[in-house]
Amino acid sequence: MAAELVRGQNHPLTQTRLEIRVSAGAPVVAGATLSDDEGRVLGRDWVAHPGAPALPGLEVPRQAAADHRLAVDLDAVPEAAHRVSVLLALPTGPGDPDRFGAVVAPFVAVTGLDGSEVASYTITDLDAESAVVALELYRRQGAWKVRAVGQGYAGGLGALLSDQGLPDARALAGEIGEAVARGLARTVAPPPPRTAASGSSAMADATGAASHASSPGTHPPAGPPRSTQPPSPAEPQSSPDPRPAHEPQPARPSGQTGPVNYTHPGRQAPAPPAPAPTAPPGEPGQPAVPVAGDATGWSMDERLYNQVWGMFEDLARCVAAYRSAVDFADSRMEQELDKALSDPRSRIGGQGDAAREAARAKHGHLVDRAREVLDRDLAQLAAESAVVEPALPPAYAGWDNPVWHAYRSPMEIPMALRLGDLQLPESRSVGLRIPMLVRLPLERGMWIDSGRSGADALTESDELRRRALRSAVELAARLLAVYPAGEFAVHVIDPAGSAAGALAPLVRAGVLVAPPAAGVSGVSEALARLTQRVDLVQMAVRGGAADALPPDLDTAEQLLIVNDFPHGFDDRAVTRLRYLADEGPAVGVHLLMVADREDAAEYGPVLDPLWRALLRLTPVPDDHLADPWVGHAWTYEPPNVPPGSRVLEQVLEEVARARREQDI
Amino acid sequence: MTANFSKGPGVNLSKGQAISLQKQDGGTLTAVRMGLGWQAAPRRGLFGSRTREIDLDASAVLFADKQPVDVVFFRHLVSDDGSVRHTGDNLVGGAGQGGDDEAILVDLQRVPVHIDQIVFTVNSFTGQTFQEVQNAFCRLVDETNGQELARYTLDGGGQYTAQIMAKVHRAGAGWQMTALGSPANGRTFQDLMPAILPGL
Repeated sequence: MAAELVRGQNHPLTQTRLEIRVSAGAPVVAGATLSDDEGRVLGRDWVAHPGAPALPGLEVPRQAAADHRLAVDLDAVPEAAHRVSVLLALPTGPGDPDRFGAVVAPFVAVTGLDGSEVASYTITDLDAESAVVALELYRRQGAWKVRAVGQGYAGGLGALLSDQGLPDARALAGEIGEAVARGLARTVAPPPPRTAASGSSAMADATGAASHASSPGTHPPAGPPRSTQPPSPAEPQSSPDPRPAHEPQPARPSGQTGPVNYTHPGRQAPAPPAPAPTAPPGEPGQPAVPVAGDATGWSMDERLYNQVWGMFEDLARCVAAYRSAVDFADSRMEQELDKALSDPRSRIGGQGDAAREAARAKHGHLVDRAREVLDRDLAQLAAESAVVEPALPPAYAGWDNPVWHAYRSPMEIPMALRLGDLQLPESRSVGLRIPMLVRLPLERGMWIDSGRSGADALTESDELRRRALRSAVELAARLLAVYPAGEFAVHVIDPAGSAAGALAPLVRAGVLVAPPAAGVSGVSEALARLTQRVDLVQMAVRGGAADALPPDLDTAEQLLIVNDFPHGFDDRAVTRLRYLADEGPAVGVHLLMVADREDAAEYGPVLDPLWRALLRLTPVPDDHLADPWVGHAWTYEPPNVPPGSRVLEQVLEEVARARREQDI
Repeated sequence: MTANFSKGPGVNLSKGQAISLQKQDGGTLTAVRMGLGWQAAPRRGLFGSRTREIDLDASAVLFADKQPVDVVFFRHLVSDDGSVRHTGDNLVGGAGQGGDDEAILVDLQRVPVHIDQIVFTVNSFTGQTFQEVQNAFCRLVDETNGQELARYTLDGGGQYTAQIMAKVHRAGAGWQMTALGSPANGRTFQDLMPAILPGL
């Protein structure tokens, strides 16, 4: 699980090839320094900055931007370097903010190459500082760790670099400023969110810059820093300043500096959240009576989410305690029985029997006590679950929860989505299930395994396929329902048309983007459409040119249901699918595969990364999920619509109605 | 840490001394915190104001009948059963203000039934010996009201890099704390096992 660091806290790094993501509300310069075991930067060739973006093992962006990715390969960092400091600085051009206090608190995250977050840190409490050491990665006992630093400098980059012992710090800071100014002329700001009211001139700028961004290889190299040369007037300093578009908060009067309003523009209630309901103190000696929403958070949504995760962790840990006690009791009894057996005295009379009896009694006693504690904890969690489940909003609730019957299309995206239920063998006796909540927007695609690898080998394979399809349709309906109208789009690939029956609810309600794609040509068209979307959005995000997206581009998150894979797929389509699985999630394009891995066996290990990238779910209960704390194997159960219920159709009708209303 | 801890009724332990962990009102303790603090000794002579960072790490080893079952240290901050929690690694130590630099919280009610001893250790990760450490202490605090129950101050340092500080162990229906104070050598708790076992 990703660690959210606070200032001064550190975290071990298990990978050496990492990315560092930076996001700030305004363009910032990102750089990195290497320093020796004394913390000194030995020379300017130990500083990676926009004017000299690559060092061994380090690459930083060439320009100031609100979002950055820095590449780090700790294995390639010179032996002599003991620390890699990641720095952020405000650009020094006219009109730029001059203090971090005037911009949104920057957020930095260390991620693996697959995008999985290792640790993150929000640099709060900055005020007059204009440069800050955000993180440092440092060697420790042959391994690397990351520490949240957050050391700011009111004197800017110059002060920061000279504090790290760089001899000509001020001169280098000047050069960096110059390189940034050259780079800024090329960047285009992201548009204000969703209200595409920007003028046509901005659009024209953006298109110009986008053609630039579409060919990253042709960027003019920033070149080696020229130490004393003043900024050349011939540099495109005078090109239209794109940054006015950088003011995403409509609430903020333009031109006003000073503390930033952190209120989300879409959120109308700045009042502090109502206090969380807390459990009244229980009678002495009795556990407190559980209350729904008894957790931290700014909204009931968040409190319930945290409470469910709290229950998940508590169940994992109390079962760990029980299993550990039973394991210990078992191994102790074994040892004692062995001892009794090998003791020659035990052969005389009943001594051996007595010893064995004593060992068994000790075992039984300990297991009984452990069971007693477990039963107490399970009862408490079951009581909590009994009050939490009925209080859950639709996104967190099972299909059998009455909240779905009162479903209305929501105004906001919920924090998380229930993908199913989790159970351990120990919790089954009290019927305790933990909702499996995943954060939205989705971070990875999903794969509903229609193969017979699951535990339930008795189910017919046709039946498994049918159930897998039904799970997929119910999951897609759930996603459509919890997003505000029009913010989630579902595509379907069904090459042989074999899923027509299962897909009927989606088709009838008219909530699909297009009819299910059939045949080889349908497959390749559907894939091409989504691939192009991923390319476009990715290009725009990388080039910082989100303005350049075609105005008719659908901004909704996209889900592609793929049935019958690899039927109807040629090699090219398989490549495209893998591309979507890798690159899609970051730009809001997700896969929902309904497949049996065996069917695609002829592709061999080529497809392994595809399966690994997807979260595997099963249409029947199967114990393949692990918790992040102890690693128990949890039994996953899909959230099936109760037999005979029409809740799915009703919900889809409401989704369709809300969409029609929105289109008017 | 800025909390006010009354020096109040806490017992100053000496090596080998044990106290029973009970509330003043005779009730049973539910949660305790083992806090560790230290300060780098200043150097003498020229540049005497320069202190070197000393990274001491606190660990807790959970034993069931002298078998180590689980360990809580900077790489594994919470015992699997959730009863023992490390608040996080401190790499440099405090200014010796009396606050805890690293703390390990023990929820005595949640300690699994088979765990009968929890041993607390301190290692010098950066390799300095305890000669370079001053004002090192470990203390047991009642987590529910912040009251110090017992404090054990390390004697003047010696040529060793680790200390087995204390153990909290079951005694009857309640718990006891015993100051151990045995020196050892090692960088992490694994190196200390031979030194821990005789104290169990």
